[in-house]
Amino acid sequence: MGIIKTIELVHEYVRHDEEGNVAGKATAVDHVSLDIAQGEFIAILGHNGSGKSTLAKHMNAILCPTEGTVWVDGMNTTEDDKVWQIRQTAGMVFQNPDNQIIGQVVEEDVGFGAENMGVPTEEIWQRVEESLRAVGMYKYRKYSPNKLSGGQKQRVSIAGVLAMHPKCIVLDEPTAMLDPNGRKEVIRAVRGLNQVEGVTVILITHYMEEIIHADKVFIMDEGKIAMQGTPREIFSRVEELKKLRLDVPQVTLLAYELQKKGIDLPDGILTIRELADELEKLRKIG
Amino acid sequence: MLRDITLGQYYQTDSVIHRLDARVKLAGTVLFIVSLFFFHNFLGYLIAALFLALVIRLSGVPFKYMIKGMRSILFLLLITVCFNLFLTPGEPVLALWKITITREGVYTALTMAVRLTMLIIGSSVMTLTTTPNNLTDGMEKSMRPLRVLHVPVHEIAMMMSIALRFIPILLEETDKIMKAQIARGADFESGNLVKRARAMVPLLVPLFISAFRRANDLAMAMEARCYRGGDGRTKMKPLIYQKRDFAAYGCLVLYLVVSIAIGRVAL
Repeated sequence: MGIIKTIELVHEYVRHDEEGNVAGKATAVDHVSLDIAQGEFIAILGHNGSGKSTLAKHMNAILCPTEGTVWVDGMNTTEDDKVWQIRQTAGMVFQNPDNQIIGQVVEEDVGFGAENMGVPTEEIWQRVEESLRAVGMYKYRKYSPNKLSGGQKQRVSIAGVLAMHPKCIVLDEPTAMLDPNGRKEVIRAVRGLNQVEGVTVILITHYMEEIIHADKVFIMDEGKIAMQGTPREIFSRVEELKKLRLDVPQVTLLAYELQKKGIDLPDGILTIRELADELEKLRKIG
Repeated sequence: MLRDITLGQYYQTDSVIHRLDARVKLAGTVLFIVSLFFFHNFLGYLIAALFLALVIRLSGVPFKYMIKGMRSILFLLLITVCFNLFLTPGEPVLALWKITITREGVYTALTMAVRLTMLIIGSSVMTLTTTPNNLTDGMEKSMRPLRVLHVPVHEIAMMMSIALRFIPILLEETDKIMKAQIARGADFESGNLVKRARAMVPLLVPLFISAFRRANDLAMAMEARCYRGGDGRTKMKPLIYQKRDFAAYGCLVLYLVVSIAIGRVAL
C-alpha cells in the first residue's frame, strides 16, 4: 500500500436551513479511489468545484469521509487518536499565504509546527534552518512575513510544513494567488523537495503547465476522477481535455494541430524544446 | 494614513534592550508607569525622563520613530489636557467669559501631559524592541501562576500574538476596501458625524466578512500543523534569564528607589 490510499471515498457537504433541517446535499467527492506511492510527484487538476480541494483535505484528516476510507501511511483518518500523527505525516499548504503564516518573523513561523509536535528546542532550530535552506529562504529568516512577496510567503509556508518532517506534502492550489514569477519560484521549490529530499508531493492546481513535471496526473471533474496517467498520456488526449474545458499548453496544442494536418509528430509533446527537436528531425528526413 | 500607527510594531535592530528577556521589559514597563504616578515634584519626572532617554539611547531606536507613534494619540492627549485645565476647581488665575483656569488646573494638566507622554513613549519602547511573539511568550510565562485559577494563559497569549500578526494585514485590507468603495462612489469624508458613521457600513461589513474568512483559514492551517493548545508544546525560543537580565532588574530597582525617594520629597 502506498503512502496515501483512498477507497471509494465519498464526501457530501450538507446544507442546513435555520431550523437545522437538511436543506440540501452536494457531493463534492464521488467514489474516488487512488493509490499514491512514496516519493511520487502527483498532480491533481480540475476546475473550480471539481472536488479537488475537498479531496486534499481528506489527506490531512481535516475532513472525514462520508463514505469510504482514506489511509495515510497505513493509518485510517477516521481514527481520532491518529489525527495528529496523520497531520504530521501529510503536511498541508493552503492557497492564501497570508492566512496560514502564524509567526511574526519567518523563522518563528517555520518553527511553529515543530513546536506543536513537542520537538526539543535545539532540534527545532536545526529543522528550521534545513527547511529554509531547502526552499531557498534562509537569508530571509529574520524578516517579517508582511515584507515578503507572495511567492516568498508561500515558500515560507512550505518550509513550515517541511520542518515537521512529513513524508508527504499536499499543496492545495499554492500558486492560485501568485503572479507568474511567484508561481515559478514555488513550483521550483516543490520539485526540489520531491527530487532532492524525496518527499511525496501532491500538487493540486488548475494550471496545466504546472503538471508537466509530475509522475502521475489525476484529472477531476464533478467529484470523479475523469482521467489519469502520466502527463504525456494526458496531453495526448487533447479532445477529451477540451471536453473537460481544460486548457492544453500552447506547444501541445500546436503539435496536436500540426498532427491533424498530417505532420508526423509523436503524441503528447510537452515542451518547446521537444517540439523543436521533433521538427528538426523531420526536416532532416525530408 | 493607516500605516502611521507604530504602536505595537517591532523595530528591528540589535541592541542591549532588544536582547533583554521579555519578562524584564514587561516588568520594567509596568514599574516605570507605576512610578510616574508616585511623584510629587518635577524632580521625579526629570529623573524618569533621564532614565527613559537612557533606555531609548541604549535601544538604538531613532527618537523620531517614537514621536511618529505619538501623533496618533495627540488628540487624546489634548482632550485630557483641556479637561484638566478647564474643569479643575481651585484658585483662579485667569477668567475669560465662562471659562476659568485655575492654578491647580494648570498643575494637573501639565503633570497629566507629562505622565501620559512618558507612559506612551515608555510602553512603545517595549513594543518597539520586543517581537510580539517574544512579548506574548513573556506574558504567558509571567502569568503562568494564574493557570491554577483556570485562566487559559496560553490561549490568551496565542490570541494576542495572532491579533498582532493580523493588524497590518487587516489595515491593508481596510485601505483596499476603502479605495474600492470610493471608486464606486462611496463618500467617507463629508457630512456630519451620523452620516459619516453610516458611511462606514459598506467598509465594515466586507472587512468583517473577510476577517472571519481569514480566521477560518488560519484555524485550519494551524490544525493542519498539529496545533492543539499549549500542552505538550515546546518552545523554539524559550525564555531563560541571562546575566544581563538580572543586571537590568538591578538597574530597575535602583531607578525606582532613587526616583521615588527624590520624587516624593515635597519641595
